[in-house]
Amino acid sequence: METLLAGAELLMRWDVVLALFIGSVGGVVIGAIPGVGPAVAIAILLPATFSLEPIVGLTMLLGIYGSSMYGGALPAILINTPGTAVNALTTYDGYPMTRRGEARRALALAYTASFWGGIFGILCLIFLSPVLAIIAPMFGSREIFLAALLGIVLVILAHRGQVFAAGMLAMLGIFLQTIGLDAVTYTKRFTFEMTWLASGINLIVVVLGLFALSQAFLLLLEPDDRPRLAKTGSGPLLAGFREVAKHKRVATVSSGFGVLMGMIPGVGEFTAQFISYTYARRTSKTPDDFGKGSPEGLIASEAANNAVPAAAMIPLLALGIPGEALTAMMLSVFYVHNVIPGPQLFQNQLDFVYALYLALIVLNVIVLGFLMVSTGWLTRIIRIPTRFLGVLILILSFVGVYSLRNSLTDCMIAAGFGVFGLILKRLHLPIVPIILGMVLGGIMEVKLRSAMARVKTPWDMIDRPIAFLLFLALVAVIALHLRSAWREMRAQHTRDQTDA
Amino acid sequence: MSTRPILTALSRQRRRGDLVFAIVFLAFSLFLLANLGSQTVWKSSGKLVAQPRFWPAVSLGGMTLFALLHVLGSVSSPREQGRWREVLRWLRSLEFAGWFIAYAALVPIIGFLPSTLLVSVLLVLRCGYGDGRLILTTVGLGFAIVVIFRGVLQVKLPAGAIYDYLPDGIRQVFFIYF
Repeated sequence: METLLAGAELLMRWDVVLALFIGSVGGVVIGAIPGVGPAVAIAILLPATFSLEPIVGLTMLLGIYGSSMYGGALPAILINTPGTAVNALTTYDGYPMTRRGEARRALALAYTASFWGGIFGILCLIFLSPVLAIIAPMFGSREIFLAALLGIVLVILAHRGQVFAAGMLAMLGIFLQTIGLDAVTYTKRFTFEMTWLASGINLIVVVLGLFALSQAFLLLLEPDDRPRLAKTGSGPLLAGFREVAKHKRVATVSSGFGVLMGMIPGVGEFTAQFISYTYARRTSKTPDDFGKGSPEGLIASEAANNAVPAAAMIPLLALGIPGEALTAMMLSVFYVHNVIPGPQLFQNQLDFVYALYLALIVLNVIVLGFLMVSTGWLTRIIRIPTRFLGVLILILSFVGVYSLRNSLTDCMIAAGFGVFGLILKRLHLPIVPIILGMVLGGIMEVKLRSAMARVKTPWDMIDRPIAFLLFLALVAVIALHLRSAWREMRAQHTRDQTDA
Repeated sequence: MSTRPILTALSRQRRRGDLVFAIVFLAFSLFLLANLGSQTVWKSSGKLVAQPRFWPAVSLGGMTLFALLHVLGSVSSPREQGRWREVLRWLRSLEFAGWFIAYAALVPIIGFLPSTLLVSVLLVLRCGYGDGRLILTTVGLGFAIVVIFRGVLQVKLPAGAIYDYLPDGIRQVFFIYF
């Protein structure tokens, strides 16, 4: 209780409150603009937060992370374009509701279901904390190595239909973090005798290039898109609570899926949404309404994706392992401020951890309040010309990259990754595996080296209970994927033979 | 079973330019793999996983294998017309990469505020917006970006070399805030 109060005290500082407010409101606005998204905003703001205190910088980024999905529902419902990628399923039922004149009802449902999911996720995080504090110290070097390896495998296999592309891009990420001077042996790796490569490739430069600059180039290259807006109508947005309460089973189970998927590195919002949506449809009394404006479908999608951010903080805080690109960016903020996430964090800085939890609760309340009064104004933001948006992102990206080290070389590298990111986006290939490869690759290299000091035979790697469980999970995930791939191949072969 | 079902299983949605990207990526992976020996060191002592060459070898080996499978997947998938048009589109993004680098080169010379205003207004004109109100908005936003990042958040950006030629009173303000 004392630690919780210390955490609350930390959160009551004026600069923290201001950062949280700016992050929460900014996140909603960013989420509402199709083509920006939280990854771009966090990437741009990341270097700016380095000069701030850890709690201030982190609450601002946390605000953006946790609130962008609220804003993303707005264009998904009104113009059939998800504001952030994870609002894709919201369009299935949100837009049909708008078309039949129920935009206000759809928005109310989306906001309140998001709030439900957000608070559910934070409560799970708070109740799991004591368990995490017990389990986290059981993770030594080999367990963290195996968890990071499991994260890489899951990231690759989670991209169904693009497993090879995700694999090669994750491996590229692992390779990128090896470039430069090896910190242990002091030998150069892939520097090609060029001095600018000796210090390695900076993760933030890559993140800014792949997420922010690529998006700027993409928007600048494409013709302007100014969608026509449907009228939102009138009526109290808080009425959504009553309707969500009617479907509390769907909202709670979907939030539960969000928490579960959020905790597993590499899985995240997409899987949570699809599982929740499928569950809601299967258990609904009106399954035929799904995809045609079903309130249950909308609730399932929004509750699931908003439960993820809090849950994604679990592996990050407890083990220092990010589950997706946004938490990978958060990790670099922790490192810059010498706050090392992992077992020690729960033992030494529990008040800091609690302050982050409380910040998550407060941001959900701020966002809901902000949306209740600003929906009309936000609908106008959706109509910002896309090429103009591209200009703004390009300018802001420059601030992000150049303020790191005032290096023109960094800008050239970021521009190169910007073009690479544009190609990946045009080809619909995933970017996240590169970032996770860079972050998790670094963790794997360090942890495997230190683990090997105590490992004589390969079996020693898994002779502890958690290491063994992680190894089993790794084998099971790969075996299940191979089994399903084999079945698909056989089914295709049978279909081909029948056709012939 | 022949190799045909395996190739069919590798097939996926193939967008315009997919094969070009897949081949270039494979060639890049092979180039890096071929340089593994010259660009990394193998120490005579130490375990395999502690060797400086270990992780580059693992990542480049994996990258090449997955890139090869990606090429095979591309070859065995139905093609969408317009490959070179798409490649041309990728190349067109180099123009904006050039704008970005030029912006970075300008800042230490003419300063953050003047280069931000210049680049943003020129880019807005380049995008075909001739509307005076939008250009004024751009100037306002450019000014706000500079004040927020340099003045309020105090991000580390160099002062322009031309600021040295400003009159005494203004020079200090420009050095700190713009």
